[in-house]
Amino acid sequence: MTAQPDLRPAVTRGAPPGHEATPVGDLPLEVVSVQAKVFGGFWSTVRDIWSYRELLGQLVRKELKVKYKDSVLGFMWTLLRPLLQLLVYSVAIGYFLGNGKAIPDFGVYLFTGLVSWTLFGEIIGGCTGCIVGNAGLIGKVYFPRELFPLAVVGAAIVNFVLQLSVLLIAYVFTWSWPQPSNLPLVPLALLALVVFALALGFVLAASNVYLRDMQYLVEVGLLLWFWMTPIVYDWTKVRDHLAASHKLLFDIYLANPMANVVLAFQRSLWPQAVTPKGRPFYYGGDLYGRLGILIAVCLVLLWGAQRIFARAQGNFAQEL
Amino acid sequence: MPMTTRASASGPVVIRVSDVSKRFRIHKDKSLKERLVNFNRSRRHTEDFWALRNVSCEVHAGQTLGLIGANGSGKSTLLKVIGGILTPTEGIVERRGRIAALLELGAGFHGDLTGRENVYLNASILGLSKSQVDQYFDAIVDFSGIEPFIDTQVKFYSSGMYVRLAFAVAVHVDPEILLIDEVLAVGDEPYQRKCMERIKAFQREGRTIVFVTHGLDSIRQLCDRVIMLDHGIAIADGSPVEAIRTFREKFDEQAAAEASTVADEHGRLMIVDTRVTDGAGTIKSRFRPGDPLGIEFDVVAQQRTDDWAAGIAITNHLDLTVFGTNSVIQNIPLEPIEGKRLVRYSFDEIPMVEGQYFVTVAVHPTVGPEYHRHDRVVNFKVYSDASDDGVLYLRPKLEVEPL
Repeated sequence: MTAQPDLRPAVTRGAPPGHEATPVGDLPLEVVSVQAKVFGGFWSTVRDIWSYRELLGQLVRKELKVKYKDSVLGFMWTLLRPLLQLLVYSVAIGYFLGNGKAIPDFGVYLFTGLVSWTLFGEIIGGCTGCIVGNAGLIGKVYFPRELFPLAVVGAAIVNFVLQLSVLLIAYVFTWSWPQPSNLPLVPLALLALVVFALALGFVLAASNVYLRDMQYLVEVGLLLWFWMTPIVYDWTKVRDHLAASHKLLFDIYLANPMANVVLAFQRSLWPQAVTPKGRPFYYGGDLYGRLGILIAVCLVLLWGAQRIFARAQGNFAQEL
Repeated sequence: MPMTTRASASGPVVIRVSDVSKRFRIHKDKSLKERLVNFNRSRRHTEDFWALRNVSCEVHAGQTLGLIGANGSGKSTLLKVIGGILTPTEGIVERRGRIAALLELGAGFHGDLTGRENVYLNASILGLSKSQVDQYFDAIVDFSGIEPFIDTQVKFYSSGMYVRLAFAVAVHVDPEILLIDEVLAVGDEPYQRKCMERIKAFQREGRTIVFVTHGLDSIRQLCDRVIMLDHGIAIADGSPVEAIRTFREKFDEQAAAEASTVADEHGRLMIVDTRVTDGAGTIKSRFRPGDPLGIEFDVVAQQRTDDWAAGIAITNHLDLTVFGTNSVIQNIPLEPIEGKRLVRYSFDEIPMVEGQYFVTVAVHPTVGPEYHRHDRVVNFKVYSDASDDGVLYLRPKLEVEPL
């Protein structure tokens, strides 16, 4: 027999970092992929995901790169879409419908709402399709399936941050700056948004595997939800119409998590939050308290959603 | 090729499969409308199918386990359950150490990304850290041999380049357990050889391999243990020689059923019965290398035919012709045929290695299409004590002399 060429990479012939040091017999015998229990198992998944954080980074990078690959403008599209939306809404609602006269700095107002809604929409839409879209990978390689929705979230957040830069330009342009006292609301609102969207995303991602209608249902649902959130109109209009006659309906309206998130973004990032007469335009209620409760509830939701996802994921490979 | 060193079963248990069953539920309706319409009858629209039934096994460190079975027997399912890709419906799978599943080369390659980007993505999917990929990157590119194209989008690669890059990444993942599913079946010959060598290198390093294949030859070459599955049940677990034997026995009926026939439309000459004998007329189906063998068949002529010839071919399980001849090749003109004739080919010995062999018989004119041909109409088996490899049994003599 001829001498076998040593096909191992040069580096592994020595002592590769990490694992050759331990003989396999000393490693623990671990249980793989049992049907997830209803309770328990959340933290082990979190640990699992943490150990795959580098892959998560790679997947986020892939999402971002693939999205605008081969397009001339590339990442500019991330900015162009909300800018176009901004233009359309400013003209149609701000100018023609006259909202721009009532709401000062209508452009910035719109943008704070739109940018947070875009983040929400991207996470929900992306999560819904992420398992089905990665069918090839899911049937062939194991890693925590939660990484797919998480990668969608990561990519959406990167886009969100990029879009915020437009807001920065707007501040410079109008030379009016948000009040620092309200800025702590931004991370709170962002956290609430992401946790809430991720919780929903887990459930939608899993259910879309079994029921392909989900993606269309989500499209319709998002449209409805958009108009149920004070983005292109202001919340005071809803208050004026509902608060007196239908108190309960107004409370329900304000219970919408996205309404709270958008209101918080408006209050913190929209500089001209006061009318020329000095009436506050932003939502003056206890947003800290509201967001705090929201985050707590969403964390519980996230836990529940992850359990649903974990129960369902054992069958992903065969359903796809 | 010499046999690989047989690892002892004394190493620590690396994979333990305990009483694992896997049920697939086949839904016949996927959309909401169908679900709603069929809500009451939803029971009828699902079908249960057990891909694995109470499978248990322990794999020790350094073992190479082959999984064989017909299509749909559950071998790929078992591999996926071990890999954690599918969750078993019942039972537990336990595992030690890092695992790499090569169920498909380039799983996770994205056409829009460049070769470089895909290397990073694919390597991290297979479990390498970024710093490790950084370290191996040059070696990976070097191994793949596609350096000039590394910054080209993968969608522009030829399929060969794609596979080479994917394989280069796969061999640089350094797992304790390697799961392989038919990866060897693709690619050109040098690539297949590269795969084989790599797997052997893995074995020498004492790693554990579980693989699924239809190629009984690679099973014989690589495995020290084989589990045979049939409809989700492990029906054999043991040495490759035994398992391959069982497999071939099961294959028998199937082969007979699949045998095809080519007949001339006039039906001028018909082969009516084909037999394998011990060379002296007694029907026999099991032989040892070197035994005499006879192949006999009866030909019926509807009308007197002057121009005819008879031929046989012996093929092995890979459909490789081991031997084929006919009276034209042998330059033996046959007497005109009328009525019934017995054709007999006999061999003093069959110098063939263990395996299953199939006999094809035909009658035809000296030039032109066959009158009648029976493909793989009968089969016989050759058994030997040694599990030699190849096609011919060459009666080896081994001498080692001091010099």
